[in-house]
Amino acid sequence: MQLTKEHFEPISVDLRQAEEIKRPSLSFWADVWRRLKMNKVAMASLIFILLLVACAIFIPIFSSHDYYTTNLAGKNKPPSAEHWFGTDDLGRDVFVRVWYGARISLEVGFAAALIDLIIGMIWGGIAGFYGGKVDEIMMRIADILYAIPYLLVVILLMVVMEQGVVTIIIALTITGWIGMARIVRGQILQLKAQEFVLAARSLGADNNRLIFKHLIPNALGPIIVTLSLTVPTAIFTESFLSFIGLGVSAPVASWGTMSAEGLAAMKYYPWRLMFPALFISVTMLAFNLFGDGLRDAVDPRLRK
Amino acid sequence: MEKRDTLIEVRNLKKFFKIGDNTLKAVNDLSFEIKRGETLGVVGESGCGKSTAGRTILRLYEPTAGDVLFEGQSVMKLNHQEMKAMRRNMQMIFQDPYASLNPRMTVGDIIGEALDIHGLASGQKRKERIQELLSLVSLNPEHMNRFPHEFSGGQRQRIGIARALAVEPKFIVCDEPISALDVSVQAQVVNLLQQLQEKMGLTYMFIAHDLSMVKYISDRVAVMYLGKMVELADSEKLYEKPLHPYTQALLSAIPIPDPEVERKRERIVLQGDVPSPMNPPSGCHFRTRCPKAMPECSAVEPVWKEVEPGHFAACHLYN
Repeated sequence: MQLTKEHFEPISVDLRQAEEIKRPSLSFWADVWRRLKMNKVAMASLIFILLLVACAIFIPIFSSHDYYTTNLAGKNKPPSAEHWFGTDDLGRDVFVRVWYGARISLEVGFAAALIDLIIGMIWGGIAGFYGGKVDEIMMRIADILYAIPYLLVVILLMVVMEQGVVTIIIALTITGWIGMARIVRGQILQLKAQEFVLAARSLGADNNRLIFKHLIPNALGPIIVTLSLTVPTAIFTESFLSFIGLGVSAPVASWGTMSAEGLAAMKYYPWRLMFPALFISVTMLAFNLFGDGLRDAVDPRLRK
Repeated sequence: MEKRDTLIEVRNLKKFFKIGDNTLKAVNDLSFEIKRGETLGVVGESGCGKSTAGRTILRLYEPTAGDVLFEGQSVMKLNHQEMKAMRRNMQMIFQDPYASLNPRMTVGDIIGEALDIHGLASGQKRKERIQELLSLVSLNPEHMNRFPHEFSGGQRQRIGIARALAVEPKFIVCDEPISALDVSVQAQVVNLLQQLQEKMGLTYMFIAHDLSMVKYISDRVAVMYLGKMVELADSEKLYEKPLHPYTQALLSAIPIPDPEVERKRERIVLQGDVPSPMNPPSGCHFRTRCPKAMPECSAVEPVWKEVEPGHFAACHLYN
């Protein structure tokens, strides 16, 4: 194409216009949500997790079966219209038991993550904020705790305390908070040297304002990502402990105990192992994929 | 120039950092005055302690020794409550406009933070004051609900200036406020700082390493080397007749915008690198690179004295 004079027209130069901002104003979290929505895998995982939570709450309430009534006449039945996932060796409905297991898994997962968050944030926050000797001592204590083999602690606890959900949560959090404390400490150490913190101090801001207005809001991204990846770890550990017989005890259903019972009869009644195992795998996958997506949305520079 | 009273008096200010077993003498025995309404330029190479000096004067770092007097009142002896009140008098503008604004706060909240901390305005009055401050630094007042990442470097620096002005300070430390900006924007920001100084009678300590910019904005200029001040004079005098060999070398590094002159003139090129501030040379810190070094330079530390009226230097050539 030939470019002639007619193709060009002078535009007015207006400085006010040059200062104008065209893009709509988005807060940090609105921007994270916008990026997360573009990630189909993460959104599918999020929908799956929400569905899982809803089903775990409502299916056991509205189901005509319960998780403990035995029916020896109808034991080891394959999946049917009456029992969607079949029945186990005592004739209990596997479908309802899977959702009871989901309740326990989610309870353990979220409770452990929440306790990790609280302890980790306080511990790491104090260490990072005050720095120096305080930091040195607090983080060495954390290192020592971290060095104790974790399974040993769990087994000891199970021997001393009675088996159950509460014991599992305590066992999980006794060392679990250390990862969170390290993340928080690192973030706070990095942030408190930034000029905007110095600027707030030169305006006369006190420690409370520095912590709650400047440090925590900026550290929240990595904290939430760590949190979202703590949940699947806790769920898996609960299943694993229940599987090897250190977790919840009968007749309470957990994905781990159901897998352990199903394993024995895998050859003849595969559905008894298949369904709980499937739920463990898919739930773990969904939480991990969602956590990855969230990490990319919070810090897009990390994505390759 | 008319006689002006002293706003800031720095007395033997020292700030040492402990790094392992070593001591980093970042600011080593500074004494000078800043007059009300003037701009004191501070120049020096990276790592010579000029930023640390600025931050210590504002008591963002606790000094190792020495004192700073603001209108005759000791800043370092104030308790927590008095210091908070004192912060309304002294503010700071930072080097990096990308790091100096909290990315999670709106521009309105960043500027309004000063008003909240000191309880200066709330509600509708707070909003009006923020918009007034934004107009003062030539930003669109409608942008108060936007976030820092939506602005350019120059605009962000103006937000930083508005934040410092919110408490109506008398004295502002400008810590290399233009070195992170590109040249066309540097002029805008410097002109804005000068307009504000005239309008509000501000006093500046202007830290920089761009010598021509410092000459343009400063009434007096101080030169620092390895934590110590080596020369301090009226800016005209310093640029016409530098006394200290280090100042002479620095000034000869400024390019002259005339190819004929530039080609003919001789530069003083310093040998070697800046010695480590952990382990500075004995006697005069500059002797290892000084073209005029004498035997006594390594033995005796030169004293800081008034060589000519209003012209201070620390060098054995003038004893």
